[in-house]
Amino acid sequence: MNVGLVIVSHSSKIAEGICDLAREMAGDVPLVAAGGLDDDSGVPLIGTSFEKVLEAISTADQGAGVVLLTDLGSAVMTAEMALEFIDSDQRLRVRLARAALVEGTVAAAVEAQSGADVDTVTRAAETAIVALDPTELEPFVSHAAAAPGEGGSQSSTDGKPVEAAWELPNPMGLHARPAATLARMMSELDVEVTVNGVDAKSVMLLMSLGLGQGKVLTASAAGPDAQKAIDQIGAEVASGFGEL
Amino acid sequence: MVEGSTSTLTTEWVVAWLRESARVVSENRQYLIDLDRAIGDADHGENLDRGFTAVVKKLDDGTHPATPGAVLKLAAMTLMSSVGGAAGPLYGTALLRAATSLGDTEAIGPDDVAGLLTAARDGIVARGKAESGDKTMVDAWTPAAEAAGTAAMAGASVAEVLAAAANAANAGAAATEPLIARKGRASYLGERSAGHLDPGAVSSGLILQAAADAAGAQE
Repeated sequence: MNVGLVIVSHSSKIAEGICDLAREMAGDVPLVAAGGLDDDSGVPLIGTSFEKVLEAISTADQGAGVVLLTDLGSAVMTAEMALEFIDSDQRLRVRLARAALVEGTVAAAVEAQSGADVDTVTRAAETAIVALDPTELEPFVSHAAAAPGEGGSQSSTDGKPVEAAWELPNPMGLHARPAATLARMMSELDVEVTVNGVDAKSVMLLMSLGLGQGKVLTASAAGPDAQKAIDQIGAEVASGFGEL
Repeated sequence: MVEGSTSTLTTEWVVAWLRESARVVSENRQYLIDLDRAIGDADHGENLDRGFTAVVKKLDDGTHPATPGAVLKLAAMTLMSSVGGAAGPLYGTALLRAATSLGDTEAIGPDDVAGLLTAARDGIVARGKAESGDKTMVDAWTPAAEAAGTAAMAGASVAEVLAAAANAANAGAAATEPLIARKGRASYLGERSAGHLDPGAVSSGLILQAAADAAGAQE
């Protein structure tokens, strides 16, 4: 049973398009579009519909809860109204995410696909980054040659970060599922950890790196669980995220 | 006009208010569209006209609920499902809160009028999270609710309370012209939103004027 997502947009095309996009990475997640408004004769209009949102929530809720993601202005207000009208039992498992619609939905869908609970899915949506600096996506890794495929690491008794680098062995590289796995593992640790310069607790940022097979993943961790974090990442990479 | 402060309004006033709102919104449909085209997405007139047309259709469908509060709630739900733009949840919330403030009341006195307008204003503020001066509906509703409260305290009749609210709303709407929008679609325009009336404040003035006219016409 997965958390469901409801996409509230002024445009039915936007809502449906985002569901299509997210479905590619999250086949088991109930993704329900609540876009646009139908006039009396069923002609689609730009706008948001309270009724559509209520219906979508009930369709998306399989018992694990629902996260609503919205576009502009009235979509937010319509979603808020719907939350005031659903019964109080269901209300406990429905969240309205303050997130960028496309990025937030994809991040939430990937998280929901992994079986995460409604609050974790909401957090994934809300921490998905809107604007990415392309120069940060493929950082120059000066020490890449030092450790490809090996995972050399150093200890962190003096508070210095623990670092390691690996070459990705699996054909799909760091795609959505492993990104979600890594981010979830790191979120459970007491650690500040980056992968190729981005926050390793963010599914979206990990995915945005676009690290394919043969690319070098460099992790840097600091904090009480730093070594544990590096060990876990290393084990995941070595097993090709379970895909080898 | 209503004579004396003991006169009260009934469900018939609510129905007349909603019908008059539909009429003036329809009459000003193009005006509201033009205002919204200048600083928004040009749909305010069309959306409100569609919403109030749907409300009138519900009223025409035969028996409407008996109490003023229940009729306001019916109108609120209808607007929320048919307007489409921000005005749907905003006016929907306003009328819902107004309905709640009335409860099962069948005879609406001056204090009730001030109370329902204040509840409606609070609903709009809660839903839209706008403050006075943000160039929104709040700039019409806040002076309207305050004027209604002052008039009711001074012992005015229900019709006088509504007239005070309408006048204040229209003045508030007119005063939105120089403001820079800080909420809603117009806020994307920043300084370019100055020099235009806020369509939501203008429609609020029309709807509150309709409330006053319906009370004046009821006697």
